[in-house]
Amino acid sequence: MGIFTWLQYDFMRFAFLAVLIITPLFGLMGTMVVNRKMAFFSDALGHSALTGIAVGVVLGVENTDLSMAVFAIVFALLLNQISSKVAASTDTVISVFSSCSIALGLAILSKGGNFSKYSSILVGDILSITPREILYLVFIFAVTLVFWLLGFNRLLAVSLNRTLAESRRISASWMENMFAVLTALIVMVSIKWVGILIINALLILPAASARNISENMREYHFFSILFSVFSGVLGLVISYFVNVATGPAIVILASVIYFITYGWGRKQNL
Amino acid sequence: MRKMIKPCGLHCIKVKHLGVTLGQQVILEDINLHIHCGSLNVVVGRNGAGKSTLIRAVLGETPHTGTIEFKDRENGRIQKLKMGYVPQSLNIEKQTPVSVYDMITSYHSNIPVFLLKSRKMKEKILECLNVFEAGHLLDQQVCNLSGGELQRVLLSMAVMDSPNLLLLDEPVSGIDQNGMELFYQTIYKLKEHYDLAIILISHDLDYVRKYADRVILLDKTILRQGSPKEVFQSKEFAEVFQVNEMQDRETLYP
Repeated sequence: MGIFTWLQYDFMRFAFLAVLIITPLFGLMGTMVVNRKMAFFSDALGHSALTGIAVGVVLGVENTDLSMAVFAIVFALLLNQISSKVAASTDTVISVFSSCSIALGLAILSKGGNFSKYSSILVGDILSITPREILYLVFIFAVTLVFWLLGFNRLLAVSLNRTLAESRRISASWMENMFAVLTALIVMVSIKWVGILIINALLILPAASARNISENMREYHFFSILFSVFSGVLGLVISYFVNVATGPAIVILASVIYFITYGWGRKQNL
Repeated sequence: MRKMIKPCGLHCIKVKHLGVTLGQQVILEDINLHIHCGSLNVVVGRNGAGKSTLIRAVLGETPHTGTIEFKDRENGRIQKLKMGYVPQSLNIEKQTPVSVYDMITSYHSNIPVFLLKSRKMKEKILECLNVFEAGHLLDQQVCNLSGGELQRVLLSMAVMDSPNLLLLDEPVSGIDQNGMELFYQTIYKLKEHYDLAIILISHDLDYVRKYADRVILLDKTILRQGSPKEVFQSKEFAEVFQVNEMQDRETLYP
């Protein structure tokens, strides 16, 4: 009996691979989501998954994953557009749209008492991932990496001051929309494995922890990805041995890391 | 950044018939400016006169009518105008892990700041920061800088690739009296030694009197422009600023 016995099962190997792709991806995206104060935005995006499925069901689409992704992209662009136009504060606007869309989704999916069919998406199940679906993850991971390498500086520039960015010929709205679409895609591709209820925690916690102890962008990214992968892998192993759902195990670990770094950061600042 | 050179006085920037309309509302109309290199041009006017809009229109962020030309007077060539901009403030919270190096690199280079710190970039930035006595701030977090320090960093960043025109949007807020004096001296030094023109939005008329070469009195359109003395003694100036004073008095002692 070693600690690696779990690797003898196919589903555990696939889950392990998926965790190795999802967690660095979330660590990376999270840095900018936290910097731009978009935690609530990504939360609303996660919730819109239900509506996306509902729209697919209503339209009679066979593959609801597709309707989910398309709906999320439209939703993200719409939110971006409206929060830049409407005078009310962004979190109010997001809240209105988020509650409206989730109510719509729940109403449609629960029609005829069938909701239990969809309830698995609330918690997610990484153990049921298939190699084909891992390929989707690899693809989106590659896209994100390219975007980050080519566009991260501009994204940071826009987040610091839009006018200053525009004066350097960086299109603020273009960058903001690209980022929103990418966030939507990533959330939708991984939501089945992570679950609506905790997907945002996975996006926010590693970056928030890294922020507690970092002074520049290199440290920020390094720690965010490190914390994300660490809690992901350890969470998976622990969930196997203790027999709890994987997603919550990962999030609990990530929260513990947050509190430790919070204490550490305060000690350093005093 | 270019070596210190005397302004040649041969370049000029011409703004012709510039206008901005947002929806139904006319914010600016028929703005004509003639700006020479090596001059400090200060825009004054009451709140809501369109000062910030003017800067944003010149920067190209706000859509506008009319033209902006950059001319080399010696041979009449029209070149591409390079602009530097110093914003009023940054959108940055406490504890944001963005160092001065990160910020400047994000605007001036495509070397991903999250991957590596380029030595070449670092030296280039240091050279600029040193001009404004801010070299020691390179690795500090931007959110921890004082108002004056941030101002100097933003200035270094704005002049880094030797712009022909420097635009400053009310940069003096959040700085104490000492800092203000220092700021105006820096601006003065900048225009004396570099080949650039400066447009500055200011509220502090005492400093304007002391340092400006030209004053532009704005209220939707240009009411008056000329030397500080000319503008300060004009009846348009008296109207704009006395009306304001009376309004203040009314709100204070109704």
